Amino acid sequence: MTATAPLLAIRGLRKSFGGLQAVHGFDLDVPEGSIVGLIGPNGSGKTTVLNLVTGEIAPDGGTVQLDGREMIGLPAFRVCRARIARTFQLVRILPGMTTRENVLIGRLFGAAPTTPRHAGREIDALLDRVGLADRADQAGAQLTYIDQKRVELARALATQPRLLLLDEWLAGLNPAELQIGIELIRRIRGEGVAIVMIEHVMEAIRALCDHVVVMSAGGLIASGAPDAVLHDPEVARVYLGDDDA
Amino acid sequence: MADRLAARWWIVPVTAAGIAFLAALPLMVSAYTVSLLISMLAYTSLATSWAFFSGTTRYISLATAAFVGIGTYTVALLSDHLPLAVVLAIAPVVGFVIALGVGLSTLRLSGVYFVIFTFGLAELIKQLVIWYEINQTKTLARYIFVNASGTLIYELLLATAVVVISGVWWFSRARLGYALRVIGEDEMVARHSGIDTTRVKVLVFAATSAVMSLVGAVLSLRYTYVDPNIGFNSLVSFQVLIMALLGGIGRPWGPALGAIPLVLLFELLSGTFPHYFSIALGICFVVIVYFLPGGVMGLIDRGRKWLLPALRPGRGP
Repeated sequence: MTATAPLLAIRGLRKSFGGLQAVHGFDLDVPEGSIVGLIGPNGSGKTTVLNLVTGEIAPDGGTVQLDGREMIGLPAFRVCRARIARTFQLVRILPGMTTRENVLIGRLFGAAPTTPRHAGREIDALLDRVGLADRADQAGAQLTYIDQKRVELARALATQPRLLLLDEWLAGLNPAELQIGIELIRRIRGEGVAIVMIEHVMEAIRALCDHVVVMSAGGLIASGAPDAVLHDPEVARVYLGDDDA
Repeated sequence: MADRLAARWWIVPVTAAGIAFLAALPLMVSAYTVSLLISMLAYTSLATSWAFFSGTTRYISLATAAFVGIGTYTVALLSDHLPLAVVLAIAPVVGFVIALGVGLSTLRLSGVYFVIFTFGLAELIKQLVIWYEINQTKTLARYIFVNASGTLIYELLLATAVVVISGVWWFSRARLGYALRVIGEDEMVARHSGIDTTRVKVLVFAATSAVMSLVGAVLSLRYTYVDPNIGFNSLVSFQVLIMALLGGIGRPWGPALGAIPLVLLFELLSGTFPHYFSIALGICFVVIVYFLPGGVMGLIDRGRKWLLPALRPGRGP
């Protein structure tokens, strides 16, 4: 797909749950520092791909290589330390810990583990970057939805990823928040982090993605530049519907 | 951080003086009081180590009795053959190794399944010991002939409690403490934040179980006679749990605040109403869980929040 070797290369990824083929023969290249959009209707296997890549579940077959290193077979914590970070479709905040602690744990156990004492200033900078500086000491349970999403993003970034997997991170934001979110993702990419984003918000996909792949029923049905893919009649048929295309 | 530590410079001398006072206590009080203090210290260590694992990870273990019993039986089996110090060193190792095996095979269980398994484990080990004693040694009970004074037992348990509480204090501010808390809050987040959850859970379960076995071993020096029902008394598991809940988990000294009053209460109850002890224990459970969900520590925190703004005008909420 690209001249140089991609950062992430997925080949022939397969997973069945009982009789259901959730993912079959999925291929994907993510070049260094790029943003790839992963779209498709609900139940098409997008989140399963993320779970397979991050070691949450084991595939039936296929390979996932980060910079030539095989990720399949590694437990989730090793994939994280190999510098692949993720957020979750349903926000997973640690309700009994403060915002700062929620983010701190990414730094303590991620790619470059350190001690609580040494992480302090870095965490403050990170909180500032995602717009949480003034809520650092609030309990996770008290944060608003958008702030919980920010915490998740900051926690993922704190692990120091080369590849960030966002599972509908922009879903549920109001138009103003969406602009902030898009800008934030753009800045993260600007710092050299490659991103795979599962997303339904077309505005964000057009604004951010270099490349879009479309999944339907566990397989790839289209792949290319955002505008071309979003105007593909087959994509419109399975996914976008008549009013959005 | 440094400022806060500097403002609390008095903690070290006060703690040292407190420990010295506790160490000298047996010289000043009656033998009965010493035996009461022994129970308090033993349960303090048990509740503190229980809370460090089960309280933070929320893997509720009812295997405390199993590991206490392992310590007791290590002494019962070995004290005739080896010097006391060696036996006391072996007991936690036995507890650690068994807990390691148990942890590796069960910590994948979640929620109520883990609770039931650990409860069953205590019973299983007890039955195995009974089977072994009946079929191999042809006795159901053993005598423990160790010449240990109440003062020696007390000092050993005081040292254990000090090490356990300081260890918990130290580790709960370190990476390990965060790892345990994240596991308790959301294990999936823990895994995807780079925490080796299996290793953390198994090692901490084993280490805290080792403490329980050590406490069981030291406590056994009080007995002259032990049988499996005494050694593996499942009531101990519940008592330790309720002490930790009463004191409040999440603070190093919280469980101690539950262990001390409950040892006194249990002593009072078993002395005055020996036949109603179980009923009283049940009522304690209900009252604590219902009225004190945050434990004594939670009560103190609430009191502080309520008092502090009044004490410091201009800094109120």
